[in-house]
Amino acid sequence: MTMNRQGRQTTPGEGAETVWETFTGNRGLLIEEALSFEYGRLDRTGVDLDEPEDVAPRLGGLQRTSQPNLPGLTEPEAMRHYMRLSQKNYAIDSGVYPLGSCTMKHNPRLNETIARLPGFGDIHPLQPVSTVQGALELIEMCAEWLKVVTGMPAIAMSPKAGAHGELCGMMAIKAALEARGDARSKVIVPDSAHGTNPATAALLGYKVVAVASRDDGTVDPAAVRDKLDEQVAGIMLTNPNTCGLFEPDVIAIAEAVHEAGGYFYCDGANLNAILGRVRPGDLGVDAMHINLHKTFSTPHGGGGPGAGPVVLSEALAPFAPLPWVVSDKDGLGLVEYDGEAGDAQPFGRMTAFHGQMGMFVRAMTWMLSHGSDGMRQAAEDAVLAANYVRACLSDLMSLPFSSRPSMHEVLFDDSFLKGTGVSTLDFAKAMIDEGYHPMTVYFPLVVHGAMLIEPTESESKASLDLFIATLRDLAMAAKRGETGRFEGAPYHAPRRRLDETRAARQPVLRWTPPEATEPEPRAQAAG
Amino acid sequence: MRYLPLTDADREAMLARIGVASIDDLFVDVPREAWREELADLPRRKGELEIERLLGRMAGRNVAAGSVPFFVGAGAYRHHVPATVDHLIQRSEFLTAYTPYQPEVAQGTLQALFEFQTQVAELTGMEVANASMYDGSTGCGEAVLMAHRVTKREKAVLAGNLHPHYRAVVENLGRMAGHEVSALAPRPEGGEDILSAIDDETSCVVVQSPDVFGNLVDLRPIAKKAHDHGALLIAVFTEVVSLGLVEPPGAQGADIVVGEGQSLGNGLNFGGPYVGLFATRQKFLRQMPGRIAGETVDAEGRRGYVLTLSTREQHIRREKATSNICTNSGLCMLAFTIHMTLLGAEGLGRLARVNHANAVKLAGALDAVAGIEVVNETFFNELTLRVPGNAAALIERLAEEGVLAGVPASRLYPDSGLDDLMIVATTELNTDEDRSTLAAALKEAA
Repeated sequence: MTMNRQGRQTTPGEGAETVWETFTGNRGLLIEEALSFEYGRLDRTGVDLDEPEDVAPRLGGLQRTSQPNLPGLTEPEAMRHYMRLSQKNYAIDSGVYPLGSCTMKHNPRLNETIARLPGFGDIHPLQPVSTVQGALELIEMCAEWLKVVTGMPAIAMSPKAGAHGELCGMMAIKAALEARGDARSKVIVPDSAHGTNPATAALLGYKVVAVASRDDGTVDPAAVRDKLDEQVAGIMLTNPNTCGLFEPDVIAIAEAVHEAGGYFYCDGANLNAILGRVRPGDLGVDAMHINLHKTFSTPHGGGGPGAGPVVLSEALAPFAPLPWVVSDKDGLGLVEYDGEAGDAQPFGRMTAFHGQMGMFVRAMTWMLSHGSDGMRQAAEDAVLAANYVRACLSDLMSLPFSSRPSMHEVLFDDSFLKGTGVSTLDFAKAMIDEGYHPMTVYFPLVVHGAMLIEPTESESKASLDLFIATLRDLAMAAKRGETGRFEGAPYHAPRRRLDETRAARQPVLRWTPPEATEPEPRAQAAG
Repeated sequence: MRYLPLTDADREAMLARIGVASIDDLFVDVPREAWREELADLPRRKGELEIERLLGRMAGRNVAAGSVPFFVGAGAYRHHVPATVDHLIQRSEFLTAYTPYQPEVAQGTLQALFEFQTQVAELTGMEVANASMYDGSTGCGEAVLMAHRVTKREKAVLAGNLHPHYRAVVENLGRMAGHEVSALAPRPEGGEDILSAIDDETSCVVVQSPDVFGNLVDLRPIAKKAHDHGALLIAVFTEVVSLGLVEPPGAQGADIVVGEGQSLGNGLNFGGPYVGLFATRQKFLRQMPGRIAGETVDAEGRRGYVLTLSTREQHIRREKATSNICTNSGLCMLAFTIHMTLLGAEGLGRLARVNHANAVKLAGALDAVAGIEVVNETFFNELTLRVPGNAAALIERLAEEGVLAGVPASRLYPDSGLDDLMIVATTELNTDEDRSTLAAALKEAA
């Protein structure tokens, strides 16, 4: 091997302990990046397209009178711009991403490859059904697998994300009640629920009745019975719940709700804990959404897209929304309007087309990859990892609910930080400096300063051990009074702590060209 | 299993550390009657190779749009997406990140959101935009709910030429939430009289332009009439490329603008995932649904971005939130933004002119076919044909001959007597040859 003749051996020299401010503000690989608009130009574009021949326009005189103020970037500029932006993001592929209730597991790239096959990615939702038989087959297959793993007889595939699935399930409940002439006015939601649950119930005009969790972090069937009457449409219960616990009385709760004439909506966000081990259909569930972007590994993409198919019980199946796939003599077809629905009584339509096909393909690829054996193993590994983290941290961090095993996530509260001057938020921000994404913080609301850790099945033992060692070190540092390590954290991220109060009080929600900044109206109220 | 790093030895060691004998001991809270001893009745795990074969065959049973002359639109459009877009959105840091709840390590996503909001506001001619909805149709439903909050009224009036699936989404939400929705009958040739449907109880008027039949609608008189009655105008589009050439709804008096953004950066994907665009006036900001990114500074005074105004949202406000939406269309939003950044106003304008020129040429070629009539006076890149006989059967025949010619109006408006109409879209991807193939096939079949 030859030496690089240009190079010299590097040794730390004098002044090496000084951190110099840079001329650019860049810090090595971390490069400051302007908004695209700030260095693009209005006369520039990164897309070569020939100007069309002149035609007599058919726009009825509605031509644009001024051009949008959107500078363009050439391809090398755009590539560098978004590449640099990407480098300011933490991602699953960077390291442990233990966001409780979010199931940040590995996103296999095979899924991406399959979803981009022209036969899946380049077909139109309104092509003749004779030209999309393979696509309908994929949807059917995905639907069938999801029904089998949940033990439910029916499924609505079209909802676009978890909250949209909740809406779909609750609409099915509302439609079923109305069909029997029994419109009801209330929905029971435990206090540990995701915010989407009460928001969904309220959207449909229901009054939300809260049920407090009992001391062990689960829901008491007696407390539910106390709230039940002939006005209760149903309960929205997350199981495993947001404290990371399996609801031990879930069947009793379901029976009580059914006896009162209501339905059981299960929030399926935490399905990853029980996949292949417990079927929601055996627990008395009437409707449950499945986050394909959690349990079934479709990527979160910085906030979506998701997919939220909803499995339904026999009682709710007739009310499933349009459209759905059917099999007939000519092959597979689509039921797209009431007139084609036969005996079913679809409550309506959730979205323009057939749902998140791109996510169905990815989820199906994941399910085929795992098979029945791999799915069960994945759930067991996820539960094992959470309990391992718990076992290794419970002497230093405080467990609000310690009487039951955790499922796939473990909940700590902030009592171990009492008197240290370090808050849950500080603790989370210090994790960033250590190279970890923080856990979910301040949720669920039922414990003080919540820290909800979901490691998923994707971490090796070595990775878990280093994560645990890091959290132990941080917890001990907090107890030793090393507040500096926390209160200013993060020190090593692309940005230090951001001023969210200012963002809400003086909202700047878009770029405006320098000459137009003054007249732009600003909202007054605080966030 | 290639996705599971734990070994059996790891599992044993971890169980020992936890202090339990087996994994079953961690599932003790599951009622015994729900305990599954056996694996689900599904196939066992498969390798990449087997899956590529299996799903590759399934994909092969579909006619990909790019493999034939293709004119299908009506809410989703096939455009050319620069190679750069898909490369960038597959970067792990974008693809495998969550919602930017920890802004210090999510500036990439947050700055892209801020750019997206700016682009959407500029394109629509509005003041503020959110960080995306699931798609155009659900955005339309949310816009109607927002108008009810702003006006404190509960009656929506929908144009007859609003995409019928959008109408169905709005009607469903309205029925479920106990609001009134009235929709006019479709009028394929355009020029429907929506003004007379607006009264003092109207919360909002929902008008699509270009409408589902391709006609452009002058929104200004509708905005004026709506505002005279204290109602809002919700302007809808399904083809965002039109905004490169057509006067934006904001300049025509719209109060809320919603639409489908799939055309930029995103493929057809058999209907999803897509990206809903949502913009409004600054004064209605507090009633807007969905996430919003905003600019601020960090502890060192450097510019940065955060999710803001979240007191409108479900995770803070719960049952008092403006919407239940949580996950939106993050990565589709990013694809849109990158494509739009590459285009700039210059490129978008040219793209829109090419689309319109192709549609003008298509209209000329089809009008020349005996028995075929172009119904529209005005259009952008989509138009409606009256054909002899049943359009659905005709489209099916053409598909057998390898031309995907359009959407029969009867698929969107069943039992409405529109059986002889088909909706035909054309983009920059169609060539002169595609157009003459379609004209020849129609001539043959019609």
